[in-house]
Amino acid sequence: MIRLEKRKEPSKLWRIANPFLAVALTMLAGGIMFAMLGKDPFVAIRLIFFDPIFSETFASYSRPQLLIKSAPLILIAVGLAIGFKANVWNIGAEGQYIMGALFGAGVALAFFPAPGWYIFPLMVLAGAFGGFLWAMIPAILKTRFNTNEILVSLLLVYVAERILAAMALGLMRNPDQPGFPGSRDLRRYEAAYNSELIANTGMHWGVVAAIIAVIFAYVMMTRHMLGFHIQLAGQAPRAARFGGVSPARLVIICLGISGALAGLAGMFEVSGPGGQVRIEFASGYGFTAIIVAFLGRLHPIGIVLAGLLLGLTYIGGELSQMMLQLPGAAIQVFQGMLLFFLLALDFQTNYRIRLTQGAHA
Amino acid sequence: MILGSINPAVLLAALMVAATPILLAAIGELVVEKSGVLNLGVEGMMIMGACVGFIVAVNTGSPFIGFVGAALGGMALSLLFALLTQALMTNQVASGLALTLFGLGLTALLGQRYVGITPPRTPKLDLGLLSDIPFLGRALFTHDIVVYLTIALVGAVWWFLKYSRAGMILRAVGENHDAAHALGYHVKRVRVLAIMFGGACAGLGGAYLSLIRVPQWTEGMTVGAGWIALALVVFASWRPWRAMAGAYLFGGVVVLQLNLQAAGVRIPVEYLSMSPYLITILVLVIISSGKGRSLNAPGSLNKPFHASS
Amino acid sequence: MHATLLQLDGLSKSYPGVRANDDVSFAIGEGQIHALLGENGAGKSTLVKMIYGLVRPDAGQMTLRGAPFAPAQPSEARQSGVAMVFQHFSLFDALDVAENVALGMENPPPLRDLAARIRTVSEEYGLPLDPSRLVGELSAGERQRVEIVRCLLQDPKLLIMDEPTSVLTPQEVDILFRTLRKLSSEGTAILYISHKLEEIRALCDEATILRGGRKIATCDPREKSARELAELMVGQLLNPPERPARAMGDVLLEVEALSLKSNNPFGTSLKDISFQLRAGEVLGIAGVAGNGQDELLLMLSGELRAPSHQVRLRGQPVGHLGPNGRRGLGVVAAPEERLGHAAAPDMSLTENALLSASGRKRLEQGGFIDWGKTETFAREIITRFDVRTPGPHVLARALSGGNLQKFVIGREIELDPDVIIVNQPTWGVDASAAATIRQALLDLAGKGAGVLVISQDLDELLEVADSFAALNEGRLSKARPAKGLTVEEIGLMMGGAHDMHVAHEVTS
Repeated sequence: MIRLEKRKEPSKLWRIANPFLAVALTMLAGGIMFAMLGKDPFVAIRLIFFDPIFSETFASYSRPQLLIKSAPLILIAVGLAIGFKANVWNIGAEGQYIMGALFGAGVALAFFPAPGWYIFPLMVLAGAFGGFLWAMIPAILKTRFNTNEILVSLLLVYVAERILAAMALGLMRNPDQPGFPGSRDLRRYEAAYNSELIANTGMHWGVVAAIIAVIFAYVMMTRHMLGFHIQLAGQAPRAARFGGVSPARLVIICLGISGALAGLAGMFEVSGPGGQVRIEFASGYGFTAIIVAFLGRLHPIGIVLAGLLLGLTYIGGELSQMMLQLPGAAIQVFQGMLLFFLLALDFQTNYRIRLTQGAHA
Repeated sequence: MILGSINPAVLLAALMVAATPILLAAIGELVVEKSGVLNLGVEGMMIMGACVGFIVAVNTGSPFIGFVGAALGGMALSLLFALLTQALMTNQVASGLALTLFGLGLTALLGQRYVGITPPRTPKLDLGLLSDIPFLGRALFTHDIVVYLTIALVGAVWWFLKYSRAGMILRAVGENHDAAHALGYHVKRVRVLAIMFGGACAGLGGAYLSLIRVPQWTEGMTVGAGWIALALVVFASWRPWRAMAGAYLFGGVVVLQLNLQAAGVRIPVEYLSMSPYLITILVLVIISSGKGRSLNAPGSLNKPFHASS
Repeated sequence: MHATLLQLDGLSKSYPGVRANDDVSFAIGEGQIHALLGENGAGKSTLVKMIYGLVRPDAGQMTLRGAPFAPAQPSEARQSGVAMVFQHFSLFDALDVAENVALGMENPPPLRDLAARIRTVSEEYGLPLDPSRLVGELSAGERQRVEIVRCLLQDPKLLIMDEPTSVLTPQEVDILFRTLRKLSSEGTAILYISHKLEEIRALCDEATILRGGRKIATCDPREKSARELAELMVGQLLNPPERPARAMGDVLLEVEALSLKSNNPFGTSLKDISFQLRAGEVLGIAGVAGNGQDELLLMLSGELRAPSHQVRLRGQPVGHLGPNGRRGLGVVAAPEERLGHAAAPDMSLTENALLSASGRKRLEQGGFIDWGKTETFAREIITRFDVRTPGPHVLARALSGGNLQKFVIGREIELDPDVIIVNQPTWGVDASAAATIRQALLDLAGKGAGVLVISQDLDELLEVADSFAALNEGRLSKARPAKGLTVEEIGLMMGGAHDMHVAHEVTS
């Protein structure tokens, strides 16, 4: 008979090995899925995981895409992970991402067509502020009325999506092209354009922000009392109170940080790769970032690796859609499976499997 | 002038239809939470039911078999959750989210060839004279059978939890799993069964959307109904009849909002259509801000159970 | 002599790294009150779990009235006539008394009939109960009655009671003993688990003593002195702590007419609390669990804020300060619950050292943590308080109860406090660790600190306290000098059997 036995200390080996195992298992299960869809699994897996970087035909286009897709994922996931560590479950990053984009674009459109070096920094501030503000709704409701932040932050995604649609069709619509939904193209407005910093690398200001956020989060979580208190509150809330931590303050801080980072991600996207406020602007980065945070073990460095991997699946997904006519949803399934396998494997970190002899068990 | 163009009997009838899918999902989740498990994957199981139900109904031509398929589809996904959280002891919040993300992706894949098809019609239940009663007949007695079965299900769950021994054991497991284990009850078995029931109910709720209410299949068509069902359980303080009251209240908001859209009120559609979410948040705030712990919340909700002895 | 009811032969059970029971054999007679005596961790719980079908033995067998007895689960044990009252009650707060009783029965009658039977049986045995009340609203003593009545309704042949008196006042204990003697006289055997020697000498016909999972002896407890039993149980001679004579100093901590609502809906609010704590004084606060001990500690540690003037340190108002503010002024605390409150289970000892010492020990600068300094501090605690662990990197939950308690109390003492508040400092701790902890507290008082000990263990309080007060339903009695107090007087201070009328006069 098989039984689980709790380990005295979580296994460090499995903690690090599991994400890799989960990726391997996902490739396997994904391969089976592709075969069932009538596609060659080896070709599909290669298209998703290897060709975007190594293929001579695609790499020139898709290599820069890697940073473009991964930066928002990493930026959002770093913030979410801080909250998850404290048991503050912000799962509405998608909404905060949208609001950040709207605030950032709003500043740009308000100044259009004035030149000025200060416009872009203002947009950055506005983007962060938009996400922060949207995250403060669940935060304040949680601290004042004890409302569940999971449900509120998630429900606010649907509200944000509708505000986005209203903006694209109304207030922010491009007055020069009233027949089309969507705002002016910010890529054609120099003072607001989040341009590529080094040609053909995909390096834009959002990537810089992601790197800064990762370093900032790493230092905070390992060296600073705030990081210690965040982990303490997540693991043992009563011990945290004994240590003088105010739970309400932590909720505000965690939701505030993750909201601001998600807002930044949205702002960098709308002013660069996305280019304009459109109804279809939100592409699920806020939800995929949840997978990135878990796959990266809620650790800033892990999140960088996980963010690059999932960024890769986005590009690979597009490639395989183009080359194999693989449905776009296949990549979503792929990402979902990855999270499942990771969670399932994680029991090894905390439990040991023991085979006991049937006679006594 | 605008409100005058809305017929209250039609409104009431539409309200019952709008409330049914979330009520189905909520009553299932209520039982799951009463057993001490928080399954945040309701949205994923609902869309699974919507998709599988639609596919089965289209292929068999029978909406009834479609509903059976939807229940099985939702249950299959919930078993995955049960495996993760009960056998492998994973975090319930993370597993529930994974279920939702996975369900949304999988159904987009499964259902892509079914977009734009009309499913077989589910007949209205012929209640004869009853539906000829002025006003009430139009409002209450012109529905398909699922609407009435859902109400019956709410009553059955209420009776089960309050009066049956199995229901008492389920409540005991949810209230204090260590004590239930010490008395020799099979905590995990009870919970897996509850999770499966929740999955089946969510699946049925999803199928009601794709087979009757809309009736069509589109990617991501549940648009948050599962999350609203979760909020409804909190609103109901884990009481079945209050869940029904909440669902009908919510149905009313949705229907009124749709009617206002149709009546051409001078508010952009986008703002009207966000009202159900905002009202749900508002209701959550009002319920949560009540003083003290809502005594009815299961004591072991969302706590992992591992028998150490 | 009793005819044998249950015979245990060579029962053994191992867990990874622990041999919980090693070849244990003894017999319980029909109608006998049999004590199972041993320290925490001696293997008492594992043994009774095997009898009750919660754990299966690795080796050995049991016979019940001559027939082989190997229950695979509790329901089989119950069908064979074995019932058990748990130490941590197996009750459900949100369910009513009748439902709780029904859940513990194999074939319960309809709830209405059951309610009537609960009334009858509970009156008959002097344990009155209202079947329709929610269990969450009952006192600890009443909750125990629910457990006992649940067992009695099934006419058990053997009733197992796990540490039943730890939640009772002395007067409630008397009532319980009367009930148990009545049961015994009617032919029900009782397996009585405890580490309280006087109780066992007063109640039991026979005692089996366990130490380190092995049976040490089976004897008649009335023929042994408490000291002899203690030495059998502990295996070594124990020295009571030394108490240097000392003079009381000025008033350090003062609480005046303080009422405070509990932050827990099932908790006890504090009502009109007043006391003074002087330099060098050890003030002991007794009381049955759930009478406001947690709230008192939270209020003094700063986790629950109070009106600023009603809590004063050397005359300065401190009621509005949080835990770190009070630590800064020299008031530290060690809560009852070690894992999860005083320490974070999944954090290392180094991290747990930081938990309360960051400010007072200057382990952080401008918010940045000096991990090197913190680890050194953790090592200091480990050496000075003899915490048995491989090192400061070990997780708190990997330590035994006694070692973790030494670490937690040691951490607070190392902060060089003026006032220390401890709740249940030696609960679940082995005898030698308990002695170390008590001595450390007395030494601290000897150096002029004020020490406030909240405890349910009267022997402990009488050993360390200079003055003595009791908590009852959130009210604190006036403090009295500890010297010369009798157990009867203490019982009255604790509120006695306030709602328990002595319904019968049956003795065996």
